Amino acid sequence: MKSQITGMLEGREIYVTQPAINPRDMRRIILDQSKRANVGHIGPCLCVVEILSALYSSVLRANSPDDPDRDRFILSKGHAGLALYAALSLKGWLPEGALDSFCGDNTLLGVHPEAALRGVDFTTGSLGQGLCIGAGAALAARMQHSTRRVFCLISDAECNEGSVWEAAMFAAHHQLSNLHVIVDCNGQQALGLTRDVLNISNLAERWRAFGWRTEELDGHSVSALAQSLSHASSSEAPHIVIAHTVFGKGVSYMQAGIPVTQTHLPAHPVNWHYLPMSDHEYGLAMAELEHAD
Amino acid sequence: MRKAFIATLCELAALDDRIVLLTGDLGHLAMEPFRERFPNRFLNAGVAEQNMIGLATGMAEAGFLPYAYSIATFAALRPFEFIRNGPVLHQLPVRVVGMGMGFEYGHSGPTHYGVEDISVLRALPGLTIVIPADSDQAANAIRDTYNVSGPVYYSLGKDDRITVPGLNGRFQLGKIQIPRKGVDVALVTMGSLSQEVAAAAQELSSQGLEAAVAVVSNFHPDPEDDLAEFLSSFRHVVSVEAQTLSGGLGAFAAGVIASRGLRCKLRALGVRTPPDGTSGPQEERWRKHGIDRGGIVRNVHELISN
Repeated sequence: MKSQITGMLEGREIYVTQPAINPRDMRRIILDQSKRANVGHIGPCLCVVEILSALYSSVLRANSPDDPDRDRFILSKGHAGLALYAALSLKGWLPEGALDSFCGDNTLLGVHPEAALRGVDFTTGSLGQGLCIGAGAALAARMQHSTRRVFCLISDAECNEGSVWEAAMFAAHHQLSNLHVIVDCNGQQALGLTRDVLNISNLAERWRAFGWRTEELDGHSVSALAQSLSHASSSEAPHIVIAHTVFGKGVSYMQAGIPVTQTHLPAHPVNWHYLPMSDHEYGLAMAELEHAD
Repeated sequence: MRKAFIATLCELAALDDRIVLLTGDLGHLAMEPFRERFPNRFLNAGVAEQNMIGLATGMAEAGFLPYAYSIATFAALRPFEFIRNGPVLHQLPVRVVGMGMGFEYGHSGPTHYGVEDISVLRALPGLTIVIPADSDQAANAIRDTYNVSGPVYYSLGKDDRITVPGLNGRFQLGKIQIPRKGVDVALVTMGSLSQEVAAAAQELSSQGLEAAVAVVSNFHPDPEDDLAEFLSSFRHVVSVEAQTLSGGLGAFAAGVIASRGLRCKLRALGVRTPPDGTSGPQEERWRKHGIDRGGIVRNVHELISN
């Protein structure tokens, strides 16, 4: 299914009412595969579904994952690797059955994405490295007089890393307007809420101060994301979208940090950063997904 | 070797427009020939070495051959994980250039000493490591390895005047070089310290001991067969490096001797003591750590007489 073009703005197409890569299908894959592999990192995958749906449905210009002049995408928050696999699978870029090797033996589909897997542009997993690579990829495109763009998805907690700001400075100084960053702003990190660990609440102001064209929007609106990321600005500044997301989006007990059947654990916002689902929890999640609007 | 590096890079860049030079805001009075000749392929990344390696990774994926330059500790150690997860994990042709082998930045103090870069980076099997002993070998090594498909680390001395007698610039990946033959003892060394080791061999010769000198100029591929063959005719071996001993040249030689069952005794000279806050000129640092010509000669005598 093709994305539906809904209009034109400054010569560029504006998308999307029915994204080709449906968020519900992505969530189903994330829940199925997390359950099958009995692994966690479900919450951070669920909250970037719409971002990846927008990117892989309509934003990324790539005829194939092997086209050297394709747009590049870096999932700098590599712990959402399963969400990327879901998008790649629905895009038709993963071989049939590849998803079932997620977290298997000798697999290319580990928790964090590896560039050895066709469709993954860069290996990630260590926070703070993706944007530096992205800045290099954007600079390379400009030096090669290519119109390809670079998209990099980072997390809000990733902004704890000093290297993010090294890259931020560099990209702004060199006016890498072909570099687009999306911050998955879910307010959580591994051991607590971002505001409690290292407060970065005024994230947009910080990026603006670094010289970036900064937008804030609903990270679960595929159309808003697609429009923002596809829009060709006349600005010479690199572009960042602070995408406000809900951790564990689509599964209410995950959003609330409640371990439904794992009763030895207290409710805590970050529980579903780590926990795998019990059978009952999986059933609840799938039921909620199927009944969602 | 700085001038040799830049001159050779200019020569290669004239033939291959994939070559770009990045610096972490260092290289004053060294980088200029490249910057003037290839202004669009020269980039000062600022004092941000992690980002510099990330940039190089992104550029290499797009088809460039980026050389990322800084003082050895800043080039190799500060962004170590960026090197590991970037060029090494992706097997991309990034060239990291670490300037200032061993104690070359003498008065600058321990923060500037390149005494762990080889040891640390030898932990990354996918990274070719090149350690030229003098300017002529540096030029040949840079030429010979510029088109290696994976990443390369160059540990370069900044002194342009060093010459190792008998080396004549020879370099081959996976091989050692033997600038001096001898029968009584084998001296194995690497990098800009090789000239000092050659001087020690000369001094030993005046005392009636003929020392052979082997220069190890690269790892990954390790010159294991070559070194084993060289050492097989000796009963006494002294390795000399301006590096900490864990994982460095001495560790490599010990591994070759043990795994091949060679019948020789090794004494590994290098940096054995932790930094104590002191600094001084390179030659004084060598004396402090027993890797100057006097220390080498003394250790050879001790080893042989035991």
